[in-house]
Amino acid sequence: MLDLLDRLGAVTLGALARLGLATLFFGAVFARTWRGLKRGALLVREIHFSGVRSLAIILVSGLFVGMVLAVQGYEVLQRFGSADALGSLVALSLVRELGPVVTALLFAGRAGSAVTAEIGLMRATEQLAAMDMMAVDPISRVVVPRFMGALVSLPILAVIFSSAGVIGAYLVGVELIGIDAGAFWSQMRASVDFRLDVLNGLFKALVFGLAVGLISVFEGYHAAPTAEGVSSATTRTVVISSLSVLTLDFILTVLMFRGLN
Amino acid sequence: MSHPVAAPLIELKNVRFGYGERVVLDGLDLSVPRGQILAVMGGSGNGKTSLLGLLGGRNVAWAGSVHVDGQDVGRLNGPGLYALRRRMGMLFQFGALFTDLSVFDNIAFPYREQTNLPEPVIRDLVLMKLEAVGLRGAAQSMPSQLSGGMARRVALARAIALDPMLMLYDEPFTGLDPISAGIIGRLIRRLNDAFGMTSLIVTHDVNETLRIADRIVLVSDGRIVRDMTPAEVRVSDDIFIRQFADGLPDGPVPFHYPAPAYGRQLLGGASGSGGADA
Repeated sequence: MLDLLDRLGAVTLGALARLGLATLFFGAVFARTWRGLKRGALLVREIHFSGVRSLAIILVSGLFVGMVLAVQGYEVLQRFGSADALGSLVALSLVRELGPVVTALLFAGRAGSAVTAEIGLMRATEQLAAMDMMAVDPISRVVVPRFMGALVSLPILAVIFSSAGVIGAYLVGVELIGIDAGAFWSQMRASVDFRLDVLNGLFKALVFGLAVGLISVFEGYHAAPTAEGVSSATTRTVVISSLSVLTLDFILTVLMFRGLN
Repeated sequence: MSHPVAAPLIELKNVRFGYGERVVLDGLDLSVPRGQILAVMGGSGNGKTSLLGLLGGRNVAWAGSVHVDGQDVGRLNGPGLYALRRRMGMLFQFGALFTDLSVFDNIAFPYREQTNLPEPVIRDLVLMKLEAVGLRGAAQSMPSQLSGGMARRVALARAIALDPMLMLYDEPFTGLDPISAGIIGRLIRRLNDAFGMTSLIVTHDVNETLRIADRIVLVSDGRIVRDMTPAEVRVSDDIFIRQFADGLPDGPVPFHYPAPAYGRQLLGGASGSGGADA
């Protein structure tokens, strides 16, 4: 019993210490963000690494998610004789939820893990220490550009994901199943509100970008300087990012859409 | 070869430092005159690398003082510390080159970060530093294409980019073949004298050290136990010195990590076998 309490206490203290470490680290990152922004070339490089290189997986996933939504949505809607509403069903699902959420999950796996591994290996091979000894702050030089890269890339990728999804749904719904194209687009235009749906979706993606970006750089920067340390940090990035995205999505959805109906 | 000036460049007084509850340096005093190459030797885990951390301000002493060029390193704030580090160079154990940058860009890094020099000037400076370590021809290579010895030389060129007053070397010979180690050793000596630097080398390599150092100190149990010149080390019959110089496995520095009595542990009388006592 005492042993169990002992272990519980140790785990709690460990978690609290890590939370404190993370808070201090996030503070340090935010404090240097403005300075980091002035280094445009580094930021562009990171947007390329995190954003542009994630384009393929985002486009293909978006397309398939849209196509599946169209098949499933049509199957249900036509039972009630409202197959024409497919366009609005697909667009609302994508813009409000699936676009930001699935993009963030894919982004954590594709780019977040890469950022963690890169920073973790830089620490393990003393590159961060060398930079620090050259009087170059590793947080400004290495961490902030990668964090900003995620923050900028994720909302753009979410828009691309949703657009690809709508095109996928169009291909299946209109071209394959044969719903009227005019009904598909007009229903979509009529039901999607720019501020309520599009901007809220974008805001979600921005929050997810903030979360995934911070988690990726934190885990990398504080990875144990060993092969095992980097590998478990990479895993933690994907797991914690995914759980955070889903939790944040629930909270944001409740705040944004409560009382709408 | 040393050029002693009144005030030593490095001065540590009664320094105490450790990690968690483990004390690695305890009551360490050390003073290094300008122009000298000082080698710090001692068994692994004796706080030699911690000493470099203290001088570079990456570690802060628990007690005592660490002065570099008259400045109390432990009391410097961020900008002050960075100002001091700009006048220091450090060669890390395996070079710590930035793997995403070419050799040229690695050496250009300190100039681009710390100066406003125009790119053509940086190019000339980088080529000069590379020439000094004999690797001008490898300017466009990536670090992954270099051998261990070459990577170490590139890292050395990067460390001396801003003409530091003090060079810190963390195990500069580790993992190198004798020829590469000899090249690094000669470079350390030549650069130290040519640029009027002061150097502190943390190392295990007795042969190279005896060849290039002005002074050798031996660290054990957190403090300096011997302080000699290479000539004195060669002829000394001190058991401490002989154990290091001749690489004897046992001596004042024990072969065995502290453990309960062997016989008692084998017979199950003491813990430490991995299982908990009943």
